[in-house]
Amino acid sequence: MIDTLRLTAEDAAGLLERGEASGDELAGAYLDAIEARDPELHAYLHVVGEQGEGVPIAHKDVITTKGIPTTAGSKILLGYTPVFDSTVAARCKEAGLPILGKTNLDELAMGSSTENSAFGPTRNPWDPERVPGGSSGGSAAAVAGGLAPWALGTDTGGSVKQPASLCGVVGLRPTYGTVSRYGIVAFASSLDQVGPLTKTVRDNARLYEIIAGQDPCDSTTVELPEPVAIPEGEDLTGVRIGVPKEMNEAEGIDPGVSASVNAAIRLAEELGADVEETSLPRSVDYGLACYYLVAPAEASSNLARYDGVRYGHRAAVDGDLTALYARTRWEGFGAEPKRRILLGTYALSAGYYDAYYGQAQKVRTVIAREHAAAFERFDVLVSPTSPTVAFRIGEKAENPLAMYLSDLLTIPANMAGLPGLSIPCGLSDGLPVGLQLIGPQFSENALFRVGHALERALGFDFVPERLR
Amino acid sequence: MAITREDVLHVAALARLEIPEGEVEGVREQLGAILEAVGKVSELDLADVEPTSHPLDLVNQWAEDEPRPSLPREEALANAPDPADGSFRVPAVGG
Repeated sequence: MIDTLRLTAEDAAGLLERGEASGDELAGAYLDAIEARDPELHAYLHVVGEQGEGVPIAHKDVITTKGIPTTAGSKILLGYTPVFDSTVAARCKEAGLPILGKTNLDELAMGSSTENSAFGPTRNPWDPERVPGGSSGGSAAAVAGGLAPWALGTDTGGSVKQPASLCGVVGLRPTYGTVSRYGIVAFASSLDQVGPLTKTVRDNARLYEIIAGQDPCDSTTVELPEPVAIPEGEDLTGVRIGVPKEMNEAEGIDPGVSASVNAAIRLAEELGADVEETSLPRSVDYGLACYYLVAPAEASSNLARYDGVRYGHRAAVDGDLTALYARTRWEGFGAEPKRRILLGTYALSAGYYDAYYGQAQKVRTVIAREHAAAFERFDVLVSPTSPTVAFRIGEKAENPLAMYLSDLLTIPANMAGLPGLSIPCGLSDGLPVGLQLIGPQFSENALFRVGHALERALGFDFVPERLR
Repeated sequence: MAITREDVLHVAALARLEIPEGEVEGVREQLGAILEAVGKVSELDLADVEPTSHPLDLVNQWAEDEPRPSLPREEALANAPDPADGSFRVPAVGG
């Protein structure tokens, strides 16, 4: 009997290598778990159940998969079946990972709770009355709920790190440019990155190793400066950890979240790290505003492709081409994408460009410089991943600005193109708390090392209490 | 600065979004609230700061100009809502 709640991807690979389970038996165990628990959790939009000899995987439904429907959680792509594979899907395929299915998300990756999905919310395996975070909430819930050994998500403002935090799993947002965006349904191109969601840091490093590297189909990708190192040690001697006070004392951080994070920081010190307070004054104060100008501006341009002509939804309209576009787009997009398209178009429009988009790009420079200065003294910066634990479904759905605050602490590093790893570091009110580790560009190996050491020392049990 | 009804309709036209009449005011209120929040970026004096449009220090990466196979026409049209004669059919343009 394979316990999918407990099994890590490395455990699963071990079963296959030792011949203790076949690929079909392994995938079958996950499909059984999906049948048992996904009616409640709704982590999947589309279950595929491919046969294969490797460790199966779930892909967020913005990851283009040839011959498998890809909706991005939007009615505007309902019925769309891609005729090509994204690079990450192709790399997973080459590595022999069969696809379990496509996971739910906030529509077009815009949101922090998965409630913006046009196909209904995903529920948090720790408490089905609560959100799994977002936008990669389906991938996080699938891993936490034992419905996939590992999964891919995408992260623009925090969409891998934040759901990882809320579901008690490990999530990596890699350095911008290390993972190809070819075939990823685009949201904000200077920010979007694909990242792994896993039960352990070692699993995460293994999946990152599969997907990372330069791709001729994405000219923003680069070769990794060093190979991925699967972390082993538990010693943090010599690691310099900075604790930015604004990111650890920001208004709105739950006391229970702070307590867990502070305990993890003390543990890092016991493991040999040098821990010191530091400061990122403007990154936290201005990061959110900067992000909610840059990302919608890029989205308004990217989403122009949905025209009702080449693929996806098309409105029935008696009128000219412009009327067809305008009706198709109003009908096909949900509230949040429309809000962001309008906001982004406004920020880019004549008369407002300099004050909004242009100014936000300059703030982005300020944020990058503040981080670069901190990394002259530190190897890693730490903070809570999200200010709160998983919130109740519906709690923030009517208030976009309250929802946006959920990404307050993940956004600054993303604006600077930096990698970030979220690992579970404890519980608050019975719900997981995430610790965010940020490093300089291309420091994934350092993040894996610190994350792995802390994971071992913390001994967090990633199986949701109610499912044990 | 408050966003007006005319601003909303202008931006919606630019974005090719047909807002139903009854929803314009709601959109205006929400956009206004968000613009007020993001307008915080103007508090900083950044006259001498260069803008960042891309997080990596990359200069153009060129690909070799080599022909590669592309999608066959029928595959490119496979998801089109209204294909006709090997093309995408659209309503009359101009006219």
